[in-house]
Amino acid sequence: MTDRDQTFDKVAELIAPFNKKNAALTDTTTFAGDLEWDSLVVMDFVASVEDEFDILITMNMQAEIETVGQLVDAIEALRNSEQ
Amino acid sequence: MTEAGIDSLDPAAAPAPEGHGRDLFSKFDPLIAQREGLLATGLKDPFGLVMEKVLSPTRAICNGKETILLGTYNYMGMTFDADVIAAGKKALDEFGSGTTGSRVLNGTYQGHKECEDALKDFYGMDHAMVFSTGYQANLGIISTIAGKGDYVVLDIDSHASIYDGCKMGDAEIVAFRHNDVSALEKRLARIPADAGKLVVLEGVYSMLGDVAPLKEMVAVSKAAGAMVLVDEAHSMGFIGENGRGVVEAQGVLDDVDFVIGTFSKSVGTVGGFCVSNHPKFEILRLVCRPYVFTASLPPSVVATAATSIRKLMHGSDKRAHLWENSKRLHGGLKALGFQLGTDEPQSAIIAVIMPDLEKGAAMWEALLTEGLYVNLARPPATPANMTLLRCSLCAEHSAAEVGEILAMFERAGKATGVIG
Repeated sequence: MTDRDQTFDKVAELIAPFNKKNAALTDTTTFAGDLEWDSLVVMDFVASVEDEFDILITMNMQAEIETVGQLVDAIEALRNSEQ
Repeated sequence: MTEAGIDSLDPAAAPAPEGHGRDLFSKFDPLIAQREGLLATGLKDPFGLVMEKVLSPTRAICNGKETILLGTYNYMGMTFDADVIAAGKKALDEFGSGTTGSRVLNGTYQGHKECEDALKDFYGMDHAMVFSTGYQANLGIISTIAGKGDYVVLDIDSHASIYDGCKMGDAEIVAFRHNDVSALEKRLARIPADAGKLVVLEGVYSMLGDVAPLKEMVAVSKAAGAMVLVDEAHSMGFIGENGRGVVEAQGVLDDVDFVIGTFSKSVGTVGGFCVSNHPKFEILRLVCRPYVFTASLPPSVVATAATSIRKLMHGSDKRAHLWENSKRLHGGLKALGFQLGTDEPQSAIIAVIMPDLEKGAAMWEALLTEGLYVNLARPPATPANMTLLRCSLCAEHSAAEVGEILAMFERAGKATGVIG
């Protein structure tokens, strides 16, 4: 399992409590469209991702992230830049 | 707006007519539909009220009926103060109706300097800068001091003017859960140590009327090497021994770098300001675009503001009465069975939580029919998608008026089924 796969699995785990529709998760799953999240859910979810990976996902970055795959890539990039 | 237009909520669903681009207004269709749906039920437009006459800080004529005002932010009731009005009239006579210019060109009159002097005395600070509105004060200060590569850390429930200031300034924006000290601390720790950091907080959050734990938040911000800006729009004049706000009440006025405020609440006119002890503060007058590229306040406005601010320094009796009003209204509404934004009264704002927008609009109209005006607040302005009837008390509300207000809430609440 690659690092990215592990990050994806962890993200999927964090999405689960907010995934009311049990939507299938792939790299192309969108937060607003497929998961139907509003800004409140996004806030709670982002906080849980930040705490899990000990990173900051600024609102500037959030504006660019639409899919699960984009989030996983962003997390990977942030973790690599810290090392 | 045709019915066909309402049906196509998804702009992508309606192809643009040949030779024409998509109507830029199609993005507002869901809101237009929601609004028309609400009005179609026969309810009055809660956002279209006109006050035909204003009798005092607490009374106006609305729809031909004398109405108690409980949603004006006119906390200290200074709008009809005799000294304030006299100062405004004198300035109007002596300096004319407007400055027609920017503060940095022809728009700084003696009155603007006197207004800034009054603010310096009020807060005991070295510098004061007056803006044309409170919105512009936040927009200007935040966007100017936090630029590209800097970080702004803000409470998720921050006012629109704070968010807009962030957007304009190109800084990295980090939000934390409302009033959560450890969420703030954790996020500060994740910001690169050498980056510029600005923490933006509010003394009183206007939607629920709750107060921030500024003492703890300022401490963790300072420990992380951040500058701190506190917006005291809803506490100036009322909270703190001298009315300097929650920063004063919690003993951290000397630790914060910037206090932002407005003249359109306790001061009773319009305008905004920032006070600070930063030694380089005055340079902002040349680099802050919302200060430079707009006309300054009219002479009569700064004269009324300066007079009002100086009177507010000695307003301790009014502050005490306003606290009495707030406690009585909060306790009374709670006893009637209304759900409130805070368990205890924390400010002059009491937010009554409505089950949904329809019930909220019906209750709002029932209160207006009773002769009481409150603010109807709805998403996205509200936290957690709540619909609120927001009540803001005034030091000029008499004890008898608060009793009347409670009776009106009881009748309207029962008539609309909001309370049993």
